[in-house]
Amino acid sequence: MIKAKKNLGIVLFPAFDWAISETHPEREERLLYTKDQLFEEGIGDIEGIKFFNPLVAKKEDVERVHFCVPNVGDRVTKSHLVSVGGAIRAAEAVSMGEVDKAFALIRPPGHHAHKMVYGDRGFCIVNMEAIMIEHMRKSNPGLKVAIIDSDCHHGDGTQDIYWNDKNILFISFHQDGRTLYPGTGSINELGGPSAYGYNLNIPLPPGTGDEGFLHVLDNVILPVLDEYKPDIIINSAGQDNHYSDPLTNMNFTARGYATLNERLNPDIAVLEGGYSIEGALPYINLGIILAMAGIDYSNVAEPDLYTQNLKQSPEITSYIEEVSKVVYNKWKNRHKLRKDMYEGKNYLEKDAQIYYDTDGIMDRQKQGFHICDKCAGLNTIESKSSSGFYVFAISIPIGSCKKCLDKGYKMYKEASLNKFTNVYLQDRVNDRYLKEGKIGGLYRV
Amino acid sequence: MLIGLDVGGTNIDAIIIRDGKIINKVKSPLYGKELLDSILDTLDRLLEGYEKSQIKRVNLSTTICTNAIVKNEISSVGMLIQSGPGLPTKGLSCGNANHFLAGSIDHRGRVTEDLDADEISQAIKEFKDKKIDHCAVVTKFSTRNPKVEIKIKDMLDEHFDFITTGHSISGKLNFPRRVYTSYLNSAVYSTFKDFADKIEESFARQGINAPIYILKADGGTMDLNSARQKPVESILSGPAASFMGMEALLPIDGDSIFLDIGGTTTDIFFLVNGSPLFEEEGIKIDRYKTLVRSIYSVSIGLGGDSRIKIEDGKLEIGPDKEARPYCQGGENPTPTDAMLALGLMEDGDWERARYIMDDMGRRLNKSGDDMANLILDTMGDIIKDKIDSLLEEINSKPVYTVKEVLYSKKVRPEYINIIGGPAKSLAAVLERKLGLTCNFPRNYHIANAVGAGLAKATLDITLMADTEQGFITIPELNIHENIKGEYSLQMAKEQAVSLLVNHINLLDNELRITEKDIEITEESSFNMVDGFYTRGQNIRVEAQVKPGLIHTLRSE
Ligand SMILES: [Zn+2]
Ligand SMILES: [Zn+2]
Repeated sequence: MIKAKKNLGIVLFPAFDWAISETHPEREERLLYTKDQLFEEGIGDIEGIKFFNPLVAKKEDVERVHFCVPNVGDRVTKSHLVSVGGAIRAAEAVSMGEVDKAFALIRPPGHHAHKMVYGDRGFCIVNMEAIMIEHMRKSNPGLKVAIIDSDCHHGDGTQDIYWNDKNILFISFHQDGRTLYPGTGSINELGGPSAYGYNLNIPLPPGTGDEGFLHVLDNVILPVLDEYKPDIIINSAGQDNHYSDPLTNMNFTARGYATLNERLNPDIAVLEGGYSIEGALPYINLGIILAMAGIDYSNVAEPDLYTQNLKQSPEITSYIEEVSKVVYNKWKNRHKLRKDMYEGKNYLEKDAQIYYDTDGIMDRQKQGFHICDKCAGLNTIESKSSSGFYVFAISIPIGSCKKCLDKGYKMYKEASLNKFTNVYLQDRVNDRYLKEGKIGGLYRV
Repeated sequence: MLIGLDVGGTNIDAIIIRDGKIINKVKSPLYGKELLDSILDTLDRLLEGYEKSQIKRVNLSTTICTNAIVKNEISSVGMLIQSGPGLPTKGLSCGNANHFLAGSIDHRGRVTEDLDADEISQAIKEFKDKKIDHCAVVTKFSTRNPKVEIKIKDMLDEHFDFITTGHSISGKLNFPRRVYTSYLNSAVYSTFKDFADKIEESFARQGINAPIYILKADGGTMDLNSARQKPVESILSGPAASFMGMEALLPIDGDSIFLDIGGTTTDIFFLVNGSPLFEEEGIKIDRYKTLVRSIYSVSIGLGGDSRIKIEDGKLEIGPDKEARPYCQGGENPTPTDAMLALGLMEDGDWERARYIMDDMGRRLNKSGDDMANLILDTMGDIIKDKIDSLLEEINSKPVYTVKEVLYSKKVRPEYINIIGGPAKSLAAVLERKLGLTCNFPRNYHIANAVGAGLAKATLDITLMADTEQGFITIPELNIHENIKGEYSLQMAKEQAVSLLVNHINLLDNELRITEKDIEITEESSFNMVDGFYTRGQNIRVEAQVKPGLIHTLRSE
C-alpha cells in the first residue's frame, strides 16, 4: 500500500454542469479525464490523501478583494462562488490542521480577474487565490504569503490586486507577453510604491522546456522565497505550459510540473488554466498530487512523451539564464530601486487599460496610490467602462493608520454621484464594504 | 418453500418460509466440524419432516471465502499486471508471482503502447515452474477497453485452471482495487468450487432439486454458477443478511438508521429513501480494499457482553468483551447484567445481576438501579456519537456539480430499526438520546436467516459510450462493441435497463424482474470538443437491480 509522506487534501470540483459556452475551452468536459485518471489510480485510497467538497463563498468574501460593478450579485454566478469556495475550503483544511497541504482542483479559473470587475476576461471573473488569501487574512491579518503563478499566461489580475501589498509576494513566470495574451508581465512591472520589488515577472520565450522552467525555479523563485520567508506558499497552478496545450507554445511536461512542485513545496495549489484536457491535464494533475503528497512520481508520463522533441535550444537556455539574472538582481536591489523611484513623493498615478475579451468591455483606469509613512497608504481607482459605468473606488488596506482610515471615509463621502455612476469603499481595517450608485439603470443611494 | 441459511461467526441459522410465514427454524453452533458438514447437518435438522421436493429455492449466506482469506487458506495466484504510466507499482504486488507487463491503455480506452507477447510466455513458464494453477490479469483502464485483458487471457487459457480478468470484476475505475479483487477471486476459486460442488452433490443425494443462490455483501444473491466464476462476491455477506432480514421484518420508508446489536458488536447501517446506503467503492477484507459491492455498515465494539471499566470515575464500555455476563456465570459485570437487573431481559440469574450492579454502583456512590441505568445511558451515548460522526461523513461525500453543492439531499434519519439481543432493552435509551422512534421485531434472533432466505438477485453495471471512437463498453456483462448508428444518453439508459432485466430473468426467472426494479444511479453525457467542433459524446450510465425481497414478513 502506498502512503503519503505529507497529508494532502484535495478539493476536486470539476463543475460538470458549468461552461462558458458549449465549445469553449472552459467547458464541462475539462476535468473529466483528470477525474477518471485520479479515480483509476485509486488516489482516494492512499493513506494520507483526503477529499473535500467546496463550500459556497459569500458575498463578503468577494467584496474583500473585488469591486464588482454594479454589485457581486450581478457579476458573480453561483458557479463562481462554488469554485472559489473550493479554494477557501482547501485553505481552511490547511489552516485548521486537517491536512499538511491542499490542492484545489477547481474550475472556472481566476488569475486574470482584476480588482475591478465588469465581466469575464481570460475565462475569469473573480480571483480564486486572492479571495482565498483574504479569507485567511481575515483571521490572521499579519500573514505573509507568496503566490507563484505557474500558468503560461501572465497572472495580470493577481498582479493588479497585490500591486501595492508587500505582505503578498507575487511571482509569475509565463510565456512572454509579446507573444501571448494578456500581453503584460514584463520584468519592469515591479509593484506600487509600498511594495516595489514584491511583484516579479519572468517572461519566457516560446519553446521553453523543463530545463528552462526549473532554471527559473532554482535561480530566481527559490532564492527569493528563502529571503522573503513567507508563512504560506501558494502555487497558482496553471497547466498550459504543457507541450500539448492548444493555446500556448511551451514545452513543459507533466513530470516537469511534478518536479517544480516538489522543489517549490507549496502549502496550497490552486488550478488555473490548462486546456489540453486529454493529453496533459490528467498527467499533470496526477504529478502535482503525488509531488505534494511526497509520493514517487517518476512513473508519471504522458502517453506521447517519448515521441516528442522537447529539448530546449541553446539560445533559449541562455536567454532564460539572462532573464533570471536580471529579475533576481531587481529583487536584490528592490530597496534602492524603490528609493530612486518614489523618494519624496506623496501621491502617484498609474493609467491602465483592461480589456474583457470574453465580454467585449474596455475599462480605462486611473489608479491612485497615496503614500503614507505610517502605513501602506490608500489606493483609489477611477474607472470608465465601455459598458457605461464611471466608477470611483477607494481601498483602505489592512493595517492602515487612523489618518488614512479617516481620509478614506472622507473621500467616499465626498465622491459625487453627479460625477460618478458608482462609488465604492473597501475598508479592510473593519471588514466593511460600502457602495452607492447605479444598479441596472436605476440610481439607488 | 424457501430455505434461508446464514453462517455467522458462532452459529448457523436456518429457516423455512412457506406462503409468507416462517414454518421452521433451527440454530446450531459452529465448532469442531468442517463448515460444509455443519451446513449439511443444520439442513438435515431443519428439513426433518418436510417434503423436500416442495423446496423452490435455497439461499445461502456462507463464510467459506471470508474464512479462507482471513485464515490465508487460499490458492497460489500468478498475477499479470499492466499498470502503464502513473502511480508506482510497488503497492500492487499480491499473490505468489507478479509480472508487470509493458504496454498501456489511456483514460479513453485507447491502446497507447502495445503488449509484449514474450513477457507473457515468460510469465507462463515461471508460473508453471512455481506450480501455480490460478491467474489474474489486470490492466489499467481495462474497464474502458477490455481487449488487452482478453488477449492475455486467451494466451493463458490452455495452461491454467482459472483466470480472473479485471474488467469482469467491476466496471468501476480503481486499478489497485481491481488488482486486489481479481487476485482474491482467483485465490478463493478452488475453495468455493469444492464447496459448491459438494453442496450440489449432497442436495442431489437428498432429493433437493431447487436452485441454490449465494448471498452477496450488497444484499443480493447470485446463482451458483455465477458464484463459481466470481466467488469473491460471497465475502462478508453476514451484515447484508441481517440488513435484509430487518428489511423483511420492519418498515423501511424514508431515511432511517438500522442497528444490529449483538453480544460483541453493534453494526450500524443507513437507509436513504428506503434503499440501503452502499460502500462508496467496495468492501475491505483483510488488508485488501476491494471492488466488491457492499451495503455500508460500520461495526463498533459494543454489545451485551462488552467489558465495563471505571477509569477516573468515568464509565467505559467495550471494545473488549467478557467471556460471558456475570448473570450467566461470568466474572465481571456486562451490559447484559444491567439489562437483567432492570428487568428488561429474562436470560440469566437475576440475583447475580442485581448483586454485581450493586457492587459496581458502590464504587461510584450509586444504587444498583442507577448504576444499571448509567450503563445503558453510556451505551446510548456511544452509539449516538458514532452515528453523528458517520452521518457527517456520509453527508460530505464528494459532489462534482454546482447543482449538487447547492441542492444535494442530506441524509436525515427519521427513525431507528433495531435487532439483536439487547435491542428491546436499549430502545428507550436510544429514543431519548437520538430523539427518534425505535422499532424492533419479535423475531429479531433469526433476522439474518430471514434476510438470507428472502434476498433477490442483484447486479450493477457501468456503461460507457464514446460516440467519437464509436464504441460502448459494459465490463460487468463482458460487452465491448461498436455503436451502430445514433446513440444518446437516453438510449444508453434504456439499453442499461433492458440488459439488466434480461440478464437477471435469464438467471433466475422466478423473480420476474421488471423495469421498476432497476435504478439508474449515475448518468452523464459530455460533449467532446476538438477546436470548436463537437466530435462526439462521452456518455456514462450506472444502473443497478436494487437489492430486494421476494416478500416481506412484517407480521413477525
Ligand atoms: Zn493560462
Ligand atoms: Zn497611513
